[in-house]
Amino acid sequence: MTGLDLIFAVVGLITAAAAIKTVTSTNLVHAALFLAVTLAGIAGVFLVLSADFLALVQLVVYVGAVAVLFLFGLMLTRAPIGREALDSDHRGLALGVSGALFVLLSGLIIAAFGDVRVDTVGGPRTADIGLALFRDWVLPFEVLSMLLLAALVGAIVLSRREDGESGEVEDVTRILLADDPDLDGVDDADASADGAAGEVRA
Amino acid sequence: MTTVIAPVATLLPVFAPAESLLDTGGTVVSLLLKIAFITVMFLVVPLVGGYLEHKGMARLQNRRGPVEAGPAGSLQLVADGIKFIQKEDIIPGAADRKVFAMAPAIGLVATLLSFAVIPLAPGLFALDLELGLFYVLAISSVGVLGIMMAGWASANKFSLIGGLRAAAQLIAYELPLILVAVAVALQAGTLSLVGIVEAQQSSELFGTGISMWYVFPQALGFGIFFLAALAELSRPPFDMPIGDSELVFGYITEYSGIKFAMFLLTEYAGMILMSGLTVVLFLGGWQPLPGLDLPDGALGVLLGAGVTLGKIMLLVFVMIWVRVAYPRLREDQLQRISWTVLVPLSLVNLAVVAVGKVVAG
Repeated sequence: MTGLDLIFAVVGLITAAAAIKTVTSTNLVHAALFLAVTLAGIAGVFLVLSADFLALVQLVVYVGAVAVLFLFGLMLTRAPIGREALDSDHRGLALGVSGALFVLLSGLIIAAFGDVRVDTVGGPRTADIGLALFRDWVLPFEVLSMLLLAALVGAIVLSRREDGESGEVEDVTRILLADDPDLDGVDDADASADGAAGEVRA
Repeated sequence: MTTVIAPVATLLPVFAPAESLLDTGGTVVSLLLKIAFITVMFLVVPLVGGYLEHKGMARLQNRRGPVEAGPAGSLQLVADGIKFIQKEDIIPGAADRKVFAMAPAIGLVATLLSFAVIPLAPGLFALDLELGLFYVLAISSVGVLGIMMAGWASANKFSLIGGLRAAAQLIAYELPLILVAVAVALQAGTLSLVGIVEAQQSSELFGTGISMWYVFPQALGFGIFFLAALAELSRPPFDMPIGDSELVFGYITEYSGIKFAMFLLTEYAGMILMSGLTVVLFLGGWQPLPGLDLPDGALGVLLGAGVTLGKIMLLVFVMIWVRVAYPRLREDQLQRISWTVLVPLSLVNLAVVAVGKVVAG
């Protein structure tokens, strides 16, 4: 057992503990923070296996963006601030589902790669990763990016207001900021389903 | 398939990390030297930047600034630090104590780790990673977690809004920052920060033989990078997360004593880090002037460190100047500038650099 094995074991244990805490925490924000620790721990595992590039991608995408978006969504909507608990009451179910998934996935991975032996742990150079991505696998790569773009556009379409550009219906806001004394019209604008707020001012 | 890529792969240069001067003696000695180097970059240089901010802001506002502590008030920040340590460490009753206590450390550690790859002079750096640039950008993107934790754990509405604003702002401006940095890496042909400085020493302006830094062909990128860096640091005019006229002090509101000092130190060290990164990417690193090389030996190293630190302080001064000169933006203006102006411009910048790289060979 080398020093690297020891570090691998420690990082793995931290990651596993944080993963368990992610599904068993009573506080949703704590769960999201433990998720961030889990994702960072996976970056650490990549690093120990000398996959530097992958480790940094994991860090910038999952810890720096996905975990932050999770927290952002939680805090923007209904996160109790401070010590109040927000419990989904599904901890047992979550633990069961994630435990079953873990057993299934690790079984699959062992069945697929269990007898492949890697003796030298030396990550590929970044240039090789680039070449592989943009020469050999350029089509799947582009298809994936199109998929992501479609998801992005879809999200924008779903979250957009139904009556045209989201930036145009500003009159209501302006009236509420007391630019326009005609406050009676505000209720009308809210009531009318088609939101013809431009007519309120007239 | 491997037979197809093999000839091309061998054409690419194999990355060999530059030799660090700190790699002398045994492993322990060089490790201690590197830790000392990072500590100086993290603790001492930001003090100089902070002093510059005190004095520079004062002069720009027609005041004198600190004068009592030390010669010309130069020890004011040391005195402040001692004061912060002595102060009572208050934790609000409703706060989530553990998250509240951990939050300041996250940004601090992220900034501290990033200094490992910033080169000051030929051979004067702790590490020369193949992925140096990506390393800095990835590590510093984690700092936002600490800010959100601080905002949430304080159990204070102002703190929460400040944390949310900070998160939205940091995500919005990370994109142009990374896209512009990618353009520089593209032109240099490497992600190693030492490699980028060396590539600038040998780069010529459109094949005319005139030596230049990347700030000339990528002036647009330089501007975007500096703006985005200001926003990433929540420095004025992008300091809405701690906008004191509306949010008291944002996510830092409930912090006092040593934890407040940690946030403050993170901000000043972040200024040095972002300025250092700008110097390395666009301003030729340790080169005094385009085309002018440093002398060999110890003199060159000392001179190089002086040149880099001088350029860093110049950029820090510009940040202070901007702080004094411009009013704070509004939250919607901030988001609009990033998503509708800076991101498209940095994509254009990337496209132009890519085409230029192919055309110029």
